[in-house]
Amino acid sequence: MTDKMQYERPVIKPLNTGLMNKFGTRTEYEPFTHIDGVAVADIIKEFGSPVFVFSERKLRENIRNARRIFETRYPKVQFAWSYKTNYLNAICNVYHQEGSWAEVVSRFEYDKALQNGVPPDKILFNGPDKTDSDLELAAQNNSPIHIDHLDELYRLIDIAAKMKNKPRVAIRVNMDTGVYPMWDRFGFNYENGQAWDAINKIMATGKLNLTGLHTHIGTYMLSAEAYGVAAYKLADLAINIKNVHKKNLAYIDMGGGFASHNTLKGSYQTGADSVPPISQYAEAITTALLNAGINTEELPWLYLETGRALIDDAGFLLGTVISNKRLADGRRATIMDFGVNILFTSFWYNHKISPAQPFGNYTEDCVLYGPLCMNIDVVRENVTLPPLNAGDHVVVHHVGAYNISQSMQFINLRPAVIMIDMKGKPHMIRKQEKLETLERDEVVPDYLSKFKL
Amino acid sequence: MKLKSNVAVSDSGFVFNAATGDSYSINPIGQFIFNLIKNGATEEEVIKHILKKYSVDRPTAEKDLYDFKKILESYKLIDTTNE
Ligand SMILES: Cc1ncc(COP(=O)(O)O)c(C=O)c1O
Repeated sequence: MTDKMQYERPVIKPLNTGLMNKFGTRTEYEPFTHIDGVAVADIIKEFGSPVFVFSERKLRENIRNARRIFETRYPKVQFAWSYKTNYLNAICNVYHQEGSWAEVVSRFEYDKALQNGVPPDKILFNGPDKTDSDLELAAQNNSPIHIDHLDELYRLIDIAAKMKNKPRVAIRVNMDTGVYPMWDRFGFNYENGQAWDAINKIMATGKLNLTGLHTHIGTYMLSAEAYGVAAYKLADLAINIKNVHKKNLAYIDMGGGFASHNTLKGSYQTGADSVPPISQYAEAITTALLNAGINTEELPWLYLETGRALIDDAGFLLGTVISNKRLADGRRATIMDFGVNILFTSFWYNHKISPAQPFGNYTEDCVLYGPLCMNIDVVRENVTLPPLNAGDHVVVHHVGAYNISQSMQFINLRPAVIMIDMKGKPHMIRKQEKLETLERDEVVPDYLSKFKL
Repeated sequence: MKLKSNVAVSDSGFVFNAATGDSYSINPIGQFIFNLIKNGATEEEVIKHILKKYSVDRPTAEKDLYDFKKILESYKLIDTTNE
């Protein structure tokens, strides 16, 4: 047996010399057998397939690196982990251990951050959907409340009237940064004066403590300059507040949105080739803040709510080939045991996918489908891969952001999530869903409890 | 399963169809199968040769050969009209 050759499916591929290859790049052909020294095959054997894997080493490296880049350019920097990006407690706590506060956009996320032990005055409360009871709690807790719209501002003024302490607030500001479409549905607009009016309203009531300004100009922003424009406009508001209201703001919060190294759909360049490094964003923001004309002693803290750029490349999805098919038009289709249910970001990204075992030099173009019984379950429309056999493993790269929090429980149970610690030891950080997990909150009325077929 | 007369296979894994001017690259096992077909092997004989040379089970080899045959047909490199 041992003298037989390793098997690979027979493959034939037309040669279109001179035509541009739209099927991805050579780097996708590298086998990817280990994550932080742990064999992909062993992880799947122990925890099943599919399975999400996070590298604690990479998580910590990324936040340390980002802090260093900002802190060497600006004296007062504070990161707040954007919970929606990935709110598994183990993940959040890695960031908290690295000094990050919490940024939340709902009561559910707020309670999660409290439960994780984040001091309430270090939880930034964003988002358009805060109820009166959310606002009351946050105000009592002295959490910075980032006001999104006028209705919220008026409700908060009413709530504050009944309180001894002034709630700490910032307003969210949206603005033209030269990047379109403009995210103008959140917050108060800078150019048309809404933001300034809201600031004057807050100062006039005397019931709220205006401590900061917030913006989040968009997500996966490929332009570092846009951040420079945004920082400059917020600094301009801060200077006006100082001049008119004699008040120094404690912070300017630049939100999230730095691009990660994924490749957006429709882009001919890979993410790695087109995405600005964090240092470029940092340079744009800190240069604007330092040169806006604020007195050096009165420089505000710089808050950052960076999400995907800190976590995308620390997350991997391991999966297994279910079957290969030939489509009616001759294209090869490979069916995986994971689909858009757990890899939500395949709607936006052409995720890089590597086989997890060695293979020959030959590749073929194929479409990668998930296991769901629906047509939209496409993981990659076009990808060049070596011939994969049923049972082979693959690794999907850069899946750390938004997939855990946006995954759908649809048709299949959601998989386990593993974190490989700094010493290379895997820990389960979320168990695989079970039927009981899902049915725990279901209620079947008595009269529907029985049937005869 | 018969190779069309105007199809040539090189030792380095290239297939050329003189009738259409199209060329293709094949992997080593594809080349192995091509040469067997060229020498007149039947499908069953091809399977046996694969099982002897490669570490693979029969269902997998059969499934993959079936698919390979279909794709050769679609590229008009083999003739299966007499089967
Ligand atoms: C207010 C706010 N802050 C931070 C983030 C994190 O964004 P990203 O993951 O693009 O860095 C988001 C995401 O949409 C957000 O809405």
